[in-house]
Amino acid sequence: MIAVRSLCKRYGDKEILKDIDFDVQRGEVFAVIGPTGTGKTTLLRIIDLLERPTSGAVYIDGLDTSASERVRLDMRRRIGVVFQKPVVFNASVYDNVAYGLKIRGEGKARLHQRVKSALEMVDLSGYEDRRARTLSGGEVQRVALARAIVIEPEVLLLDEPSANLDPVSTAHVEEVISRIIRELNTTVVMATHDMSQGQRLADRIGVLMDGEILQAGEPREVFNYPTSRKIAEFVAMENIIEGVISSSREGVVSIEVGGKVIEGISSFDPGEEVCACIRAEDITLALSKTPSSARNAFLGQIIRVVSIGPLTRVEVDCGFPLVALVTKKSAEELDLQSGKDVYASFKATGVHIIKSKGD
Amino acid sequence: MSEIADAFVTALKLIFTGDAEVLSITARTMAISGSSILIGALICIPLGSLIYFHDFRGKRILVNLIQTFFTLPTVFVGLLVFITFSRAGPLGGLGILFTPTAMIIGQAILIAPIITGLTISALSGVSPEIRETAVSLGATRFQTIGMILREARYAVVAALLLGFGRAFSEVGCAIMVGGNIKGATEVLTTAMALEASQGNIELAMALGIILIALALVVSVLANRLQQRWVR
Repeated sequence: MIAVRSLCKRYGDKEILKDIDFDVQRGEVFAVIGPTGTGKTTLLRIIDLLERPTSGAVYIDGLDTSASERVRLDMRRRIGVVFQKPVVFNASVYDNVAYGLKIRGEGKARLHQRVKSALEMVDLSGYEDRRARTLSGGEVQRVALARAIVIEPEVLLLDEPSANLDPVSTAHVEEVISRIIRELNTTVVMATHDMSQGQRLADRIGVLMDGEILQAGEPREVFNYPTSRKIAEFVAMENIIEGVISSSREGVVSIEVGGKVIEGISSFDPGEEVCACIRAEDITLALSKTPSSARNAFLGQIIRVVSIGPLTRVEVDCGFPLVALVTKKSAEELDLQSGKDVYASFKATGVHIIKSKGD
Repeated sequence: MSEIADAFVTALKLIFTGDAEVLSITARTMAISGSSILIGALICIPLGSLIYFHDFRGKRILVNLIQTFFTLPTVFVGLLVFITFSRAGPLGGLGILFTPTAMIIGQAILIAPIITGLTISALSGVSPEIRETAVSLGATRFQTIGMILREARYAVVAALLLGFGRAFSEVGCAIMVGGNIKGATEVLTTAMALEASQGNIELAMALGIILIALALVVSVLANRLQQRWVR
């Protein structure tokens, strides 16, 4: 549906996007995630044909979008977009949502029916006559969503759909978006700096950092197997431990970390400097050394215990720092508190090893 | 002091008893200034939009010049119109000097910079995101311009009201090209001046009160519209 090829965008000397390549299939939800200020908005604006790239191209349905304004208008009319800070027209909610249909010359009866169902979709039924400028941030966001979906776009672009909202409004907007994705089966490209939002909504994720897509894949894959330290940090990998490969045998490597050895699965050669990435929820804590399949077990002292909702985050010093996430129940059973000695164990398969330097 | 107080009371009587002369002068004033506003709006709103939506060399200078003309001296406009339509002037053959038509033309010229300039600032006041939103929803260039004008509507109407206020409250142009002919080209301001000079303080005062009341209504309306627009 959408093909982005060798896309570059430069403003003066500043290179915003460098050689971006990706495809989005029809009906797919693709999330571009990355920290703020990495070019996500620029990328979406180019796909929305509001800006032209410095070089490279965007194809929609195989058609090159770098065409005349006339052709670009026709293409733009197949795309709906919700900006990060949407503005509403100084008119009623109904007129705001109806605008896209009016300028397409839609008949009155059908227009009315489509506006009605779009408002229903975003939970704004009954808001028709309200002045759009008097609505709250979350409501404005939903008006913008209704305004975008009412034209039944083939592609829906969402730029940080909930970045400026409070948690309750964010949850509501997200619920509306997932309903739209489910029921309309539109192709969606969304930009978000919120890793977990990308995980919740997207079929595939592309990590955009410093103007480049560093990794693309299913959310689970990006989340568990980041290909670089930068990505690992962005996807909130709690344990990123630096060390040197000391030996390698049949795919199992030993990583020396300050006198201790962590085992993992990888094809790195001895002598290479690496990072061992371990998700906090993959680490088990016990009071005594239990025989288990976990290859890695370290005795350490608890430094800090913090509860986060239904989970408890435990920081352990095993000669190197480790962060583990355990359920509140098991934290209580083990009576975890700072100063106490515990065994932290994790499987070799739970260790994702990446190069420590470079991308 | 008591003379002024007496005049004030008599003036109020004249207004509230519906004095024929007072009424006809007021009606004529509204008709002449109203027509000049209508003509001004028809020409200057499109003109202001044209300037706003086009980028060209000297645009800034032009806009500055227009703003300078906000306070164009009324007698100067009067003089220009007088010369143009006087018997020896280029359009003298039309024979419209000392008629309401000449007054309408004079006032339209007088308020043209205000309407044009304030239309430009009304359009500039519409956030650029509105333009982008309309474009992203699939609007053509004309549809986008239509939407921006629509967003600026309150400010544009406020501009018309301000222009109207300037038109009916000016005296220089009205007296020079209208001639203050009783029953023909006499308007509130010119009649006031004449009546006062002839010692008819009560009538002048009555006309003055109406003038102020009109100005007040216009200013309140313009203010309310502008606030609505900001919100």
